[in-house]
Amino acid sequence: MSDKLLVIGEVRDNDIRNVSFEAIAAAKQIDADAEIVGVLFSDSDLTSAGEELIAYGADSVVTVTHDNLKTYTSEGYGQAVLEIIDELSPKGIVMGHTSIGKDLTPKVASRLSAGLISDVVDIEKNGDDNVFIRPIYSGKAFEKKTFADDFIFVTIRPNNIAALEKDASRSGEVNTKDIDIKDLRTIVKDVVRKTSEGVDLSEANVIVAGGRGVKSAEGFKPLYELADVLGGAVGASRGACDADYCDYALQIGQTGKVVTPDLYIAVGISGAIQHLAGMSNSKVIVAINKDAESNIFNIADYGIVGDLFEVIPLLIEEIKKVKA
Amino acid sequence: MNIYVLLKKTFDTEEKIAVQNGKIEDDGAEFIINPYDEYAVEEAIVQRDKHGGEVTVVTIGDEDSEKQLRTALAMGADKAVLINTEEDLEEGDQFTTAKILEAFFEDKEADLILAGNVAIDEASGQVGPRLAELLGISCVTTITSLSIDGDTASIEKDVEGDVEIIETSLPVLVTCQQGLNDPRYPSLPGIMKAKKKPLEELEIDDLDLDEDDVEAKTKTIDIYLPPEKEAGKVLEGEVADQVKELVSLLKNDKKVL
Repeated sequence: MSDKLLVIGEVRDNDIRNVSFEAIAAAKQIDADAEIVGVLFSDSDLTSAGEELIAYGADSVVTVTHDNLKTYTSEGYGQAVLEIIDELSPKGIVMGHTSIGKDLTPKVASRLSAGLISDVVDIEKNGDDNVFIRPIYSGKAFEKKTFADDFIFVTIRPNNIAALEKDASRSGEVNTKDIDIKDLRTIVKDVVRKTSEGVDLSEANVIVAGGRGVKSAEGFKPLYELADVLGGAVGASRGACDADYCDYALQIGQTGKVVTPDLYIAVGISGAIQHLAGMSNSKVIVAINKDAESNIFNIADYGIVGDLFEVIPLLIEEIKKVKA
Repeated sequence: MNIYVLLKKTFDTEEKIAVQNGKIEDDGAEFIINPYDEYAVEEAIVQRDKHGGEVTVVTIGDEDSEKQLRTALAMGADKAVLINTEEDLEEGDQFTTAKILEAFFEDKEADLILAGNVAIDEASGQVGPRLAELLGISCVTTITSLSIDGDTASIEKDVEGDVEIIETSLPVLVTCQQGLNDPRYPSLPGIMKAKKKPLEELEIDDLDLDEDDVEAKTKTIDIYLPPEKEAGKVLEGEVADQVKELVSLLKNDKKVL
């Protein structure tokens, strides 16, 4: 029997998050010969979600359905994960570095007395050993890490390790496992949706971010329009958040979110070190700013010196044209 | 209430990072309290003022860590503990840190432990949840609101921008997210008082730990800087032409549209 690697998947709004597919690809990189077992939790049937994990490269899937798994809690998911680990004795675990991944994995690692390398952006081979690369100081530097013993436990940052092509002809079993999730000390009484529907900042391929130069909450409207046309998300600098133009949930920087989209459009952002730390590893950076001396132009691939309220509407029109 | 804050010193956010021989060069760098830990200190003080009790700030570090502890005392914490590992530990990871803290908390009967949601240097966010698991207490990460009534804690948790309303029981460990509060600046009288507040220094021997008990589960084999980004192209001409050129570059050269 081959070694097993667990991939803990995440379902959100009835869809599997893309980072879960990326985690399958990461598991393949860690050990091409291992059996990749996808794991999914919910309070409702997960058969079709399980089949999707298989189409993206999982060899088999274990699903657990229980009323106490409706909303994520570390206790509920923790009980389920630990029982599956106990049964399958995997040689490693891979999960997305998401809100749930960040909360769950340290607790599971602690229970297993295992190491955990979180927020991995790349995997290298050193002979048979896996070397995991992760940003430190919000991407101002990178570190290469290895495990002291054989057990591998990593979370991967969304958008960095490419998922495998979906292939519906891949086959594998989706098994349901009954696990009794015991009473939880911590209960989620309600979830208040503050994010507009659509694209999450950490997983967005395109981000349009505004700074103090946007001048008001009202001023963010054209940015939302631009993001919409691009199928992207809106972010902000600390300056814009501190000035109450938008919610702190949108903040990108060393305090705030660290993002690596394919395209980052910085609008009215001067480019303080604290902000650059959160976005400078984006693949293509565009800066739009009135001040030609702004620091942001030093790291931008393309810059337009001009008034954002003039440039953005033109940009929206032009993109609509090429996308049509 | 018996309140503890886990605190770490980090590079100032405006510091540039230099690497020498695979290690971060920290000579002459400005250190601050990890910004997320500042929210934890502030919240601890607010909760103490509401419910009574004592706030103890705990850090694992070296003798220079006293500076950040004194700052927390000046903000209003009552006591500080420095677990100095400079002489005993070459390299540790989050497993190491959590094990040391577990030993520290063994006889403490904490009601509330607060930590930052991540440290802005290594940003693993592991130590809080690991410690809660070792202590067998509830844990809620990335909180933006906390109210305590008797043994019940009502918490708002940030989940990638959405808010979960959570109820749990004490003792609890929470990790603090931006939006929880506005950390106060130490006042001048606060700074004067802080000099006289108790600061206890421990080594891992004092916690009945050996190096082997806390040996890291992961190793850092290299640290390096990302390749410097070349300055890009600032477009020229009429705004409308610049926009056209930009869209064409994004579509045809970079293929991101």
